[in-house]
Amino acid sequence: MDFNDTSEEARFREEAAAWLAENAPTDEAFRALSPLEQAKQWQKCKYDAGWACIGWAPEFGGRGASPIEEVIWRQEESRYDLPASFFLIGQGMIGPTLMAWASDEDKARYLPPLASGEEVWCQLFSEPAGGSDLAALRTRAERDGEDWVINGQKIWTSGAHYSDYGVVVVRTDPTVAKHKGLSYFYVDMKAPGVEIKPIKQLTGDSDFNEVYFTDVRVSDSQRLGEVGQGWQVSLTTLMNERAAIGSSFGQMDVSLALSVAQEVEIDGHPALEDAAVRTKIANWYVQESGLKYTGYRSLTALSRGALPGPENSIGKLVGAPKMQAMSSYLMDLLGASGAIADEALATKAGIIQRAYMGAPGLRIAGGTDEIMANIIAERVLGLPQEPRLDKGIPFNEVPTG
Amino acid sequence: MNFEFSEEQQMLREQARGFLTEHCSTSVVRAVLDSNEDWDAGLWKKVADMGWTATVIPEAYGGLGLSYYELAILAEEMGRSAAPLPFSSSLYLASEAIRHFGNESQKSEWLPKLASGECVATVAMAERAGRLVLDQLQTRRTDSQITGHKVPVADASVADVAVVLARSDQGLEACLVPLKQEGVVISPVLTFDTSRGHSAITFDRADAQALGDAPLDPADWERVIDGAAVLFAWEQLGVAESALIQARDYALQRFAFGRAIGSYQAIKHKLANMYVKNTLARSNAYYGVWALAEGSDELPLAAATARVAAIQASTYAAEENIQTHGGMGFTWEFDCHFYYRRAKLLSLAIGSEAVWQDRLVSALTEQTVAA
Repeated sequence: MDFNDTSEEARFREEAAAWLAENAPTDEAFRALSPLEQAKQWQKCKYDAGWACIGWAPEFGGRGASPIEEVIWRQEESRYDLPASFFLIGQGMIGPTLMAWASDEDKARYLPPLASGEEVWCQLFSEPAGGSDLAALRTRAERDGEDWVINGQKIWTSGAHYSDYGVVVVRTDPTVAKHKGLSYFYVDMKAPGVEIKPIKQLTGDSDFNEVYFTDVRVSDSQRLGEVGQGWQVSLTTLMNERAAIGSSFGQMDVSLALSVAQEVEIDGHPALEDAAVRTKIANWYVQESGLKYTGYRSLTALSRGALPGPENSIGKLVGAPKMQAMSSYLMDLLGASGAIADEALATKAGIIQRAYMGAPGLRIAGGTDEIMANIIAERVLGLPQEPRLDKGIPFNEVPTG
Repeated sequence: MNFEFSEEQQMLREQARGFLTEHCSTSVVRAVLDSNEDWDAGLWKKVADMGWTATVIPEAYGGLGLSYYELAILAEEMGRSAAPLPFSSSLYLASEAIRHFGNESQKSEWLPKLASGECVATVAMAERAGRLVLDQLQTRRTDSQITGHKVPVADASVADVAVVLARSDQGLEACLVPLKQEGVVISPVLTFDTSRGHSAITFDRADAQALGDAPLDPADWERVIDGAAVLFAWEQLGVAESALIQARDYALQRFAFGRAIGSYQAIKHKLANMYVKNTLARSNAYYGVWALAEGSDELPLAAATARVAAIQASTYAAEENIQTHGGMGFTWEFDCHFYYRRAKLLSLAIGSEAVWQDRLVSALTEQTVAA
């Protein structure tokens, strides 16, 4: 075993690194832009040189790169401090959905500007009544000639306020069973009747929105998949919710814990010498190292041209609770001053406090801990689903509590 | 990135699994548990005939000269089948100590017989309850005679020779002590896993030679223990996988309140947690065997990480496998207890969880300083 690139991979890495060294913006003028402006400018720069969405086919703006090349590109790009998150949902989840379900005309129209960052997309799935049970959504679309009229409310929509388009799954037939009455559309986020309200999170930030639809008209040509096939189309989107291989959970890692435990004292000795502290740090390292080398195993599969196994499904289920546990414990070590979030005064500039406040969101977003455990149990271990009381019943007869 | 076993190694895994499925089914483990035997001698012969006991011993000493990757694969399969064999004592510990510290004549005398499986070796370390402290060992060697008391010693009753940790005027030593001699009294010690015999050994001026005729640098000894920890981790991982599979199969087949118990989230989440721990343990075991096989400086960290992860995964899976089975899991008749015994037994050998958590953080601190 080794951790080296194959000669082909090494050549690709070199090419990518060389281009990045030449082109990655570091100048003051760039830094002065807003994060979204920075992201758009950088994305367009990559697109023009053939380095945007490199796994996509050339006609959509990519270069047909292999999965391992995509990983290498991400590793190299992440060496630079560049904003990327604005396009993750559109390029990572919606692009593949358009490729699988959209007409050739729509693919040609929408994929290149999605790759170039000129158009940003968001995903309108969750609803107040449909989170973990996504298919319980109630936003409805009713047929009106060549159009559909959408009414309802979506929630937890990242980036709705700066998106040009969105994909939305709606109920087109409430008289059939839950999963059978759904259809999938793309919508213009600037269309009349679309109203976006930011949600203030417990952190005080607003990363998500509520999106209200009031008599929003969309053309039938904006439908992806057949009427009633919306659930299958949604699954394409969700399957591309990438378990970003080898991704870490911010700066909350064991090296930070070691550093805090060396600075803080217990009974006149560095906390790092305390057996209980060492036990905690060892356990976190087991998790961190386990995720890292799980990622390496998946990369090896990609490098060999194979599909990675299901092992990466553990990432968020391990990483998010670890982030919460670790930040909580490090604040305990700091004692009363663990409460200080002021960047100028706090140990580690408030990273620990921000991690603790953000961790509940990570344990919920993209599948709660409980849903992730269900997914492992059902898809990896082959255990049966819970019996569902709404199974086979027309949606409008399902108890709603 | 090439962080995977080779095709040949994967084939060895399939071959080993097939062989042990046939020759070491749970009825074989049960037969040893039900008897007064300390092992399955016939199975040891078969395993030796397959060449497994020769895996990493160099060809010059009658071994196959293969790598630790192959031995790790075999270790996992041994764990999966909860084999009633002295594999860990003889291969991961004693043979390694002889190979690393022995002089030419010691190696020539013992390694070929250990490779062929005609002899079994073990390591005698513990003397009393609590963590092993190398500079407080009471067993003494003077001239060529050793005196002291070691308890418990795994597999001593079936071993021909032991590597005994002792002290002499020069300091720490790993002494080579043939067990079939006057001056060595081996008495059985009851443990909770009688599918692997354990003993107390009293040495009364028994013939002994220091391996390499020299005192042992404790750091060199710890290096051998690190290597053994990686191999123990692979064996423990095998135990963990068997416990998970058994729990999963039972959860699918057992019905309560009109449905398979595996459809209840209480059971699903328990099994998902097992899968998570097993996956972390497997990936860390890869890291461990990579460091061992490639002779990396990261071995102390990799070994401790693999060991802690494997202890956690195997004890959790074994405990919760019984819980998943309910009352039947608590019976002698069901096989669940094989993994419960073996997971804990392997977790107590060569230092338990807290010892390795401590070693992990020490290694991490040293590695961070070095980097």
